Amino acid sequence: MSRYIARRLLQSIIVIIGVTLLSFLTLHLAGDPTYLYVSERASAKEIEETRIKLGFDKPLPIQYITFLGGLARGDLGMSIRSRQPALQMVMDRLPATLELTIFAMIISTLIAIPIGIISATKRGTSLDGGIMLIAMVGQSIPGFWLGIMLILSVGLQLRWLPISGHVAVFDPILEGNLNEAIANIPGALQHLILPGITIGLFSLARNARLVRSSMLEVLSQDYVTTARSKGLSERVIILKHAFRNALIPVVTMLGLEFGFLLSGVVVTETVFSWPGVGRLVTNAITQRDIPLVQAAVVVFAVMFIIINLLVDLVYAQLDPRIRLG
Amino acid sequence: MTPIAANPPIIAVSLSSPEISTWKRARRSLFKAKWPVLALIILSLVVFMAVFAAQISPKDPNRQNLIDRLKQPMQIDAKTGKIENFLGTDGLGRDLWTRIIYGAQVSLAVGVMAVVVGGLLGITLGIIAGYQGGRVDDIIMRLADIQLAFPFILLAIMVLVVLGPGVWNLIPVLGVGQWVTYARIARGQTISQREKEYVEAARSMGARDIRIMLQAILPNVLAPLIVIASFNVASAILAEASLSFLGLGVPPTVPTWGGILNESRDQILAGKWWPAFFPGLAIMLTVLAINIMGDWLRDFLDPRLRGRG
Repeated sequence: MSRYIARRLLQSIIVIIGVTLLSFLTLHLAGDPTYLYVSERASAKEIEETRIKLGFDKPLPIQYITFLGGLARGDLGMSIRSRQPALQMVMDRLPATLELTIFAMIISTLIAIPIGIISATKRGTSLDGGIMLIAMVGQSIPGFWLGIMLILSVGLQLRWLPISGHVAVFDPILEGNLNEAIANIPGALQHLILPGITIGLFSLARNARLVRSSMLEVLSQDYVTTARSKGLSERVIILKHAFRNALIPVVTMLGLEFGFLLSGVVVTETVFSWPGVGRLVTNAITQRDIPLVQAAVVVFAVMFIIINLLVDLVYAQLDPRIRLG
Repeated sequence: MTPIAANPPIIAVSLSSPEISTWKRARRSLFKAKWPVLALIILSLVVFMAVFAAQISPKDPNRQNLIDRLKQPMQIDAKTGKIENFLGTDGLGRDLWTRIIYGAQVSLAVGVMAVVVGGLLGITLGIIAGYQGGRVDDIIMRLADIQLAFPFILLAIMVLVVLGPGVWNLIPVLGVGQWVTYARIARGQTISQREKEYVEAARSMGARDIRIMLQAILPNVLAPLIVIASFNVASAILAEASLSFLGLGVPPTVPTWGGILNESRDQILAGKWWPAFFPGLAIMLTVLAINIMGDWLRDFLDPRLRGRG
């Protein structure tokens, strides 16, 4: 097991090098990045000084190694606009983004599993057909459009839920202020519902279809037939025998899912003015603040790798047939 | 897609009789099911809109008319007494229906081209990896792992920030985002075909590797890839819309569904729903139609999966 983790960590390091190399090259493909840091009227001497100060005069391989060294120390350069450390800016916004992503993940999984099971057990009925048609529609709705429509209907017309803003839960926890975090939960949930649905609907629909097809697969297996012939009740068969095995592909998906949800976060945060990394990135894009975009990309990639590693470990727990090693 | 699965056994039996041609079989199974037919009609309409945009659109997509800005859908014009802008106008007085018709061009072109780029790249690499094995296989599959470890939209954002928006930047970016799926499936299929007699026969007749890969293996690995390709057109259209919505997709002079939505963001808080509603509806219907067709195609090509969703 520990050998497996060691190998996975090594693989993760290779992936991180790949990702950072890619983002590093993209930054330099755009031309000499020095010009991003100086004003348009800067003299040749000023430009040269800035170039040397930021290390852009050195050969690319050396710059990349310096960049990796900085990454190891948690330094990914300065944001061009705000002149603050880019990585710090991303980390400050991360709790809000995680709140949203985790919430979306919870609702998409918790709702999808029972829906998928019901659909599988009622296979071929109009209930099943209806659920699957709705799931298909859910997979076809562009998230940002759903967000805008929710703002218009639930937010502006019905005035049921707030359409923007954020009540922090993770931040007070990080500051060690648990009471404040607990007191914030109701407000936080109110603000989370609309953006959470916006991000999570696609995954919810896909997971429901996945649970259904995986349940159907399992229900046709011999051991289910055996359980039936032993006279076990359908409830026991579904919950005890089939469900656990049907969950395996869903757990596999969860890792990739996180990446999906993070992608959704980028647009959804913009729509709901959510103060997270997604909106930070979008603004950084429009301002061509490349170091800031790069920092966010690296942070997202690292999170994605960690989550996938965790998912694989859970996966092995769930399915004893899988031996990690 | 389950509505198709209401009576699977009967279809399965009638389909398996060998004397019916594939094309006839496809037509029969299509018309047995109502949703795919509806999807096909929607899809044909969208394609028609895109191809004949210049002929069928009532207005000029970029003509601004500030007097008529933000007209409601179906609003009767005071001067002419007719409905001038059937879906209303946007914040610059441009006809929304015309812009949506033109938007179909970019959405479909980008969706299909991205799949072509990704498919060519992925299938080529996948077949090479599967056929050659060894180190070549290792390198290609490690590349795939690196890409899978990275949320695609971030890569797309980074590349487009640097290269700037534009259809010709968007297509390769979206294509590269898709190659892994094709490569993995093509590789698996190739490995299973590699040792078959017909490949062996071709090799013993002295055919070169490239010829074996193109003429013997490629036709035999295509079927599952076609299904993946159809779903990927849908996801490329969604990705293009998201990127255009972020202002990264296509320059604003070219009307795209995502772009129209992006421009309408300011009007939403004022309760002007139509400039945001209709382009999103167009995206949803098109993507839904493609997904339903893809589902039907998968069931048709692999009847064992029917009703599994």
